[in-house]
Amino acid sequence: MTQNPTLFELRGVRQAYRKPSGQQYVVLDGVDLTLRDGEIVGLLGRSGSGKSTLLRIVAGLARPTSGEVLHHGAAVAGPTDGVAMVFQSFALFPWLTVEENVLAGLKALRVPGKEAAARAGEAIDLIGLSGFENAYPKELSGGMRQRVGFARALVVQPEILLMDEPFSALDVLTAETLRTDLLDLWMERKLPTRSILMVTHNIEEAVLMCDRILVFASNPGRVAAEIRVDIPHPRNRLAQDFRDLVDDIYGRMTARKPPAAAAAATGRPRPVYAEALQPVSTNRLSGLLETLAAPPYHGKADLPHLAAALRHEIDDLFPIAETLQMLGFAEVAEGDIRLTEPGRLFAEAGMDDRKALFAEHLVNFVPLAAHIHAALSERTDHRVPYAPFARELEAFMSEDYAEATLNAVTGWARYAELFTYDGEAGVFCKEEAE
Amino acid sequence: MVWTQTSVSVKAATATPNRWDLVALPLVVGLLALAAAGGHQMNAPLTSLDTPAVSLDPWNLPDYALRSTMRMLAAMAASLLFTFIYATLAAKSRRAGMVLIPVLDVLQSVPVLGYISFTVVFFLSLFPGSVLGAECAAIFAIFTSQAWNMTFSLYQSLRSVPRDLDEAATSFRFSGWQRFWRLEAPFAMPGLVWNMMISMSGGWFFVVASEAITVGDRTVTLPGIGSYLAEAIAQKNLGAVGWAVLAMLAVILLYDQFLFHPLVAWADKFRFEQTGAQEAPESWVLRLFQRTRFCRAMLAPVESLLDRVAWLRLSPLSSLAAALPPALKRRVAAPLSPAFDRALDRGWYAVVAAAALALGWTLVRFIAGGAGWGDVGTVLLLGAATLLRVVVLVAIASLLWVPLGVLIGLRPRLAETVQPVAQFLAAFPANLLFPVAVVTILRFDLNPDVWLSPLMILGTQWYILFNVIAGTSTFPSDLKETASSFRIRGWQWWRDVMLPGVFPYYLTGAVTAAGGSWNASIVAEAVRWGDAKVTAHGLGSYIAQATAAGDYPRIVLGIAVMSLFVTLLNRLLWRPLYGYAERRLRLA
Repeated sequence: MTQNPTLFELRGVRQAYRKPSGQQYVVLDGVDLTLRDGEIVGLLGRSGSGKSTLLRIVAGLARPTSGEVLHHGAAVAGPTDGVAMVFQSFALFPWLTVEENVLAGLKALRVPGKEAAARAGEAIDLIGLSGFENAYPKELSGGMRQRVGFARALVVQPEILLMDEPFSALDVLTAETLRTDLLDLWMERKLPTRSILMVTHNIEEAVLMCDRILVFASNPGRVAAEIRVDIPHPRNRLAQDFRDLVDDIYGRMTARKPPAAAAAATGRPRPVYAEALQPVSTNRLSGLLETLAAPPYHGKADLPHLAAALRHEIDDLFPIAETLQMLGFAEVAEGDIRLTEPGRLFAEAGMDDRKALFAEHLVNFVPLAAHIHAALSERTDHRVPYAPFARELEAFMSEDYAEATLNAVTGWARYAELFTYDGEAGVFCKEEAE
Repeated sequence: MVWTQTSVSVKAATATPNRWDLVALPLVVGLLALAAAGGHQMNAPLTSLDTPAVSLDPWNLPDYALRSTMRMLAAMAASLLFTFIYATLAAKSRRAGMVLIPVLDVLQSVPVLGYISFTVVFFLSLFPGSVLGAECAAIFAIFTSQAWNMTFSLYQSLRSVPRDLDEAATSFRFSGWQRFWRLEAPFAMPGLVWNMMISMSGGWFFVVASEAITVGDRTVTLPGIGSYLAEAIAQKNLGAVGWAVLAMLAVILLYDQFLFHPLVAWADKFRFEQTGAQEAPESWVLRLFQRTRFCRAMLAPVESLLDRVAWLRLSPLSSLAAALPPALKRRVAAPLSPAFDRALDRGWYAVVAAAALALGWTLVRFIAGGAGWGDVGTVLLLGAATLLRVVVLVAIASLLWVPLGVLIGLRPRLAETVQPVAQFLAAFPANLLFPVAVVTILRFDLNPDVWLSPLMILGTQWYILFNVIAGTSTFPSDLKETASSFRIRGWQWWRDVMLPGVFPYYLTGAVTAAGGSWNASIVAEAVRWGDAKVTAHGLGSYIAQATAAGDYPRIVLGIAVMSLFVTLLNRLLWRPLYGYAERRLRLA
């Protein structure tokens, strides 16, 4: 397959945003990507790893800060012929009917009416929407809406079809039907498309559909691994080679991170507390600890298995697992999660002991929590403003991440009764020790 | 587009009128004829104004009502045009937005009736010897009462187009024109239509006020319900006042049924939420037309033409850019260097600041030409008096209407009947009722400083009522049930359950009521009945008297101070309250 001609190519793409303070925030760094004729390529990664940004660069919706974007060897700036996109949220125009939505892309290009109508009819038939032509999107179920999304993209006969998590807003059954329908059309070569690039955070979906998977790492987003999937279609989710590959990818994605190398783009050294945190609710943390401690897991579980049992995708499960690992309640490695001794104690303890244990681990293992706690202890009135912490963090991450990080710490500290936050006054505060 | 044409011809084949057409057709033709008649009169020579323009014969009222309605329609058309240009410019160009949005914010606070004297003089000189000048002045006054909130609404919609739809449009390579008509305008439609309705209901007040204007020694009277009223007041004819009220009631009712209900029902299809859950607004007029066969077939070519226009690419700039040689093309397409961009920003700030300073200086010099520091002090004091009135009135109206609105809102059946009445009362121009109050004050020799005040809020208090009713009706029933299951009653129920729940709605009503009161003060603080004048001390009567005397520097001073008061009130009171409601009381 490597001999197939190259359709689209990205070389050394870097995407960075300049913040008002003048600092740069790097979303993507040094990304190479080649799309060849006849292959489905998956971009797999956590949210915030820049994979959607990369898709938008290919779509011409975003321009990289530096690097080359080549379509058939020619540089591209902006949306090009032969590239169409399917959106996670469907992005249908609610005031247009199914047929008008499908026609929109053709009319924008001033395709003559008769030809446009014929092509729209074909696309609607192909994708299984016949009979729904004059329905408005709000009258359709999610699955039907996404079919409109597919028809709208395919009707412009794109050489490259881009899909941004196209199935993640659908329920499990609907998503499966749409996946197999699309794969069937692809295998039977009924699609006008020669290559598909899809973003997903569902590992099984990537293994099911893709010929090649690029695993993304975060902060800054970069390609951590490239995995070739040689299992012939139709693929069986329960087959051993399929399971092995899924396990392998879980393992790669939970491998311990190398120390953040490229992150220090700013001049100042990064303080230990300026690490982005994910606001995971303490209910989910305790829920996972209890699940792990109980049978059938008895303290150790295989992540893909756990994800399937809990019906969690990696974007749900990984943050919980990683937060537990950070807090010293669990160990994650090679696609497995294992309770630590404190984790087991936590699962068995009552409310008050849990809080005490959580507070202890929070101060010991989360530098930002310790930092705020220390600042509060220094003040006689036990109140410190929120804004300086936000500013400090924003020097090293985007505003959204800074806010999420502070939200995370606030939520955990409230649970641990370590300190709390007064939103009206915008200050962290601490109860006087009794 | 052949496929639309074929669908047209299919329709044409079955275009034989059906029974719905029997009703719809006379409606359409009749309305067209009325519009033609009303429009024709607007172009009459000015001499026709010198003859006693208005007679109190009630049989003239339908004609007058038609002319008032035409003014309203013309103003709405102008407002729409202005909205589309101004809001689009402000939303699309960052640098233009930097100036246009604050300007709009200030324009909102300027009392419309204050500057009517200027606009009359201006438009009369623009069309010498024709009624058109006076018509334009009246239309302009109505326009200024309608345009600003519509513009804000469109601007906010344009700025909040959902990102995925925006990306879809880009990825399917819509041109700017296509994007505007296929994405942005439809997305903005429900908000815009709603604001048009609010504007309309506020507009009748200004129609009435702007048809009979006296500036200095010049009186301009335009045939209409407003001038009919003015004549009735001059002749002390209470019966004629009654006829005017009746005519107004009829006009508002017809307007609502034939224009706004259909429009709101139609705009519902542009609502963005993709759930069909909420109850869709209905209009019998719209339904009638959707069922007609002949009328729809007549409209189909128009529809298809509009569709084609909306799909034109129409991007002269980009086709121009496409024609450039490749080397130049790359330079045009390349983004500006950040340093150059910042320099451009600085230059733009400087230009804006210089223009603002120059305008401010001109304003000060103009005022100083006819008014001294003493006047400024007086006007500030009078402004404080009017402020006191506004605050007290809003407080009293709130104390009355919030509990009543809640009690009504809790009874769905009752709310269904009261709600349209309250909206109707909000649209009804309260100045039609002023004579009744004046007669009472004269009869009982009451203190005008106290008893004229209620007139200011007479027309706008209803906004508080219907917003509170709306807030109560949408209050989640599980919270109501929780309250009753925990037996939360009495004052605790109001304080902890209902008042926080309706507060955001109440706020919207109170802001509208207060804003309207400032405007109304200009006509409410100085009223007359025949030769008798009743005047209260306040900024409104100051402006009214300066207008009657044609004393421009004092008019400008009065307007400037009133705008200042309104702006400060918005910044220091309403906006923080909105922020609080948004943060703490949102039921998400």
